[in-house]
Parts: sequence; structure tokens; C-alpha cells
Amino acid sequence: MLTQKNLDRIQALKNRFPDTQSLTIPALHIAQEQYGWISEETMIEIANILNLPIGHVIGVATFYTMFNKKPVGKYHIQVCTNVSCQLLGAEKIADYICKKLKINIGETTPDKKFTLTEVECLGSCGTAPVMQINDDYYENLTIEKIDKILSEMK
Amino acid sequence: MTEFSEKLLLPEIPNLHQIDVYEKHGGYQALRKAIQMKPEEVTDEVKKSNLKGRGGAGFPTGLKWTFMPKQSSKPKYLCANGDEGEPGTFKDRQIFEFNPHLFIEGSLIAAYAMGIQTIYVYIRGEYVKWIKLLQKAIDDAYSKNYVGENILGSTFCTEMYIFKGAGAYICGEESSLMNSIEGKRGYPRVKPPFPAQNGLWGCPTTINNIETLANVPHIINRGWEWYSKIGTPKHPGTLLFGVSGHVNKPGVYELPTGVLLTDLIYKFAGGVRGNKKIKAVIPGGSSTMWLRGEELEGVRMDADSLKTVGTSIGTGGVIVMDEDTDILKVLARISHFYHHESCGQCTPCREGCGWMEKILNRIVAGEGMIQDIDLLLSVANNIEGNTICALGDAAAWPVQSVIKKFREEFEKRIRKTYPEKVYVPPPHLVKI
Repeated sequence: MLTQKNLDRIQALKNRFPDTQSLTIPALHIAQEQYGWISEETMIEIANILNLPIGHVIGVATFYTMFNKKPVGKYHIQVCTNVSCQLLGAEKIADYICKKLKINIGETTPDKKFTLTEVECLGSCGTAPVMQINDDYYENLTIEKIDKILSEMK
Repeated sequence: MTEFSEKLLLPEIPNLHQIDVYEKHGGYQALRKAIQMKPEEVTDEVKKSNLKGRGGAGFPTGLKWTFMPKQSSKPKYLCANGDEGEPGTFKDRQIFEFNPHLFIEGSLIAAYAMGIQTIYVYIRGEYVKWIKLLQKAIDDAYSKNYVGENILGSTFCTEMYIFKGAGAYICGEESSLMNSIEGKRGYPRVKPPFPAQNGLWGCPTTINNIETLANVPHIINRGWEWYSKIGTPKHPGTLLFGVSGHVNKPGVYELPTGVLLTDLIYKFAGGVRGNKKIKAVIPGGSSTMWLRGEELEGVRMDADSLKTVGTSIGTGGVIVMDEDTDILKVLARISHFYHHESCGQCTPCREGCGWMEKILNRIVAGEGMIQDIDLLLSVANNIEGNTICALGDAAAWPVQSVIKKFREEFEKRIRKTYPEKVYVPPPHLVKI
């Protein structure tokens, strides 16, 4: 269940839009903040809160890649491998993280600490290669930097 | 081209993101000036300045504003497009971080000119840091009555809300962006009807890029005549060029339109790493046609000049590839991107992008056949122009241009595996 605080946050956004359907994406964001991912139960919960067809919410949640459709670790590492990052060695970066965490892209470590995802352009091409861990960007990546960043993730 | 070295959008003023610093440097004076003018005079000023949209299509901004009905029984909306998903593009976030009030002021002037009472700023969801920075700036602008009710004592009222995207490149397309705000899957809409008649919730809507709106206060402050003389006359102003890839100093460089591409790469972005030669350049984000290294001399960075060399200015995101680049692998990655981001509405794009990716992957893996080159081209040609929105074209153009300009790369890679095969393509397949 969404906390009262999060329900209030969704309600507070109502005056921004002429209908409640527009709250679908903001509500999914709020739900993901609380749960870490969007399960089918969460989609149904949001559909009930917003009084929308369940199919609508499922359709929206599955369209947008930022909504995690399965649980992610405490740290969700998203490595960009798009063109500008690719040119500066993003593939090596992704391979290195795979080796270091002993997981493949799309997997979570057994201790549920890290999930590694490959993502499309993060809009940080001038400081490539780039990854995002939870909300933060890590730019101009090198193998050494990754060691340091990951060792600081407790 | 006039010499012009001033930075309009990203001047080197410390702490310009703070509202009092922004005000000290003349901030919000353009808004004060605009609300003393008639709305149509403001639109006219922007129209005469010849400001072109910075989001990729380069549509004249003032003209777009005139499409909005003056009288409307329905509410009107402005969407500021900060989805910034085009690979190679990272400029709007500079505005959010270093000069957010310039953008806010520009949006307010646009809202005043079109009689708009609600502004949605659509920002890609990954930009958590920049959403926070912009929200702070908007809150500050509210506290000083630049946004909200009876702005600066006038009858002009407008609200400004950030809408956080959720990871879909297609939502940078204007009609898809509106569907996303409406809480739907980001499917582009069939046009017409155009947004000015039938936009958000069926109401008149204008969508402008963040950088476009950030130009507006300067036009109002200093007049259309002054602005129209910056850079090239048909595409005036300064642009935020994002240079990435194999250069020594990647980054955003604000320069007048018409700057030489070679100057941008060598003078500003510090040249190519390791002094290598350039093999290819993508001039305006991943959707634009590629240029060969030998073609760069004399190419100027403005809409018309790039058109004459068969490509476009796009978002001004320049991606440089040195002589050692495996361009087929790069192209395969770009095709993967469009395949991933295709919304799936139109068959040519949904199926074709996947086909292109598969064919390219097989060529990269050394398993391609010589016929694959023309098959690839035929898939691209059948996507282009056959989809609701421009994503299909954007997926086809890089493939078409790389085949046209680097056909020998494909042949070399393929001949490695199948040296005995010689294939003469039928003439209807080779033309682009």
C-alpha cells in the first residue's frame, strides 16, 4: 500500500491537470520511489486510486523504460552504451562491471545490492562514458573510477 | 557572417542560476517590457527575428506562435520540450543548470504572447538533478511574482509545472510528448490536426524547445533587428553545439550559426584525440545524415549550409569519429537505439528498425552477405516517409547515409567472409 504521505503527494498534483489520467505517470514515479519497482499489484493500486481502467495503467507502465517491471537492487546501475559513450569505451565499462559484480546485464547480485542495466542515451554525451546509479550521474568513467564508486556503495 | 563572440544563453557569469544574480544582470527586464506590449507585438518581434526552433526540425518560432488562435473558449497550453533524448545532445541541461531563469523568462514571454495560462516543462526523467535545479528556479520566480497570479501587477497570470518523463525517446516528438502529459503511452499523433488547433486535451497548444525559449528574452530586450544579424541571416542566433566523441575537449560550445564545422572541432573542441584523422562526423545528433572526414572542409553549421551537403543541423549535437572507428559497429548501435525506441505504432518503423539492427549485427559479426547491403538500404528506404512521426526517418537516414558514403566498409567486411561473391545491385535499390 502506498503510504498516506505518498497518497497525499498524488492528490496534491491534481490541480495541475484537468483530469486524473494525467496523474498516471507522476503516480507511477511516486510508487516506484516507495517500492523500488512497479509490480502488477502496484499498477492495479494506482488504477484504483486514480479511478482508471487497469489496462490503461498497465499499458503506460510497460511503455516507459524508467518504470522497473521487476525488483532492482539497492543500487540500480544504468550504463549508457549509446553512440558517444560507445566511442569512448562504454562496452568495456559495462563488461568490467559485469565481471566485477559477477552478473550479466539485466541481472541483480544475489545479495540484492546491485542491478546492472544497459540504457539508451542519458544526455550526458560531453562527459562520456556515463552511468547513472539511482538518481545520480557518474561521468567521464574509467575502470579506476568504477572501482572507487562501487566501493563507496555500502 | 558577422563576427559575434557574445554568449547569449550561457554567459560566463558566476551564480547566474540564482535569481538575484540573474536580476542584477538585467534578468526579467524582457518580461517587464513584453507585458507592456500587445501580445501580437511580442509575437511579431519573434517572427521578424527569424528565430528557428532548436529541437531539430528548425521551424520558425514566431510563425508557430501565430498558429495559436487569439480567441479561444478552451484553455491554451505551452509545452517546453526538455526531453533531450537525441543521442549526442546535452544542451538543455546546461540551461537548467547555469541559466534557468533565462528559459523561465522566455517561456513566460511566450505564454504572454499567446495568451497561455499553463506551461508544462517536460523534462526527461533521468535528469533528476536538473529537475531539482529548475524547480528551485521556478519556486524563486514564483516568490518574486514573475510566475503565478497577476504577474508584476498586470492581468497576466500563468502557472508553470515540471512534468517528469519516464524514459522514452519518442516523447521528444511533440505529439507524443502531449500524450505523455495526458497520462498515455507516448504514441505520436497523426497530423493534422496540428497542436495549435488540437493539442493537449484537445486544446490549442504550442510546443517549443528549451533552447528556443531561452533565446526569446534577448529578442525582446534588444530587438529583432539586432538578433537577426547574429550568425547566418536565414538561421540567426547562437546555438549550443554539443561536441562529443573522439575530441580532446568534448562539451557544449555556444557559437553563432554558420561557424565552420572544422573550427568547432579543432578550435573549440581541441581537435581529435591523439591527432588522428577524422573518419566521420554526425553533425546534428544521431538522426542526421553522416559526413565523411574528407567532406568537412568549408562546411558551416547552420540549417541551409548543412542542407547543401545533404544533412541537417538537427539539435546541433556533433559526434566525431576518428580514423580507427568501426563505423559499422557504431551504426549497428544507432540502429539498436531506434529499434528500442520505436513506439510500435507504424509497421515500417516497428518491424524495419529491428530488421536493420539484425542485418547490421550480422554484418558486424562477419556473417553478412553482399546482398545484405542492398537489403539494408531497401528496408531503410521503405521506412522513410512511411510513418506517422519522424522517428522512422531518423532511423533510416543514418543507415542510408552510411551506405552511401562508406559502402566500401561494408564490402570489405563482407568480402572477408565471402570473398567469392560478387553482386551487382539492381539500379532501383542503389539510389537514395
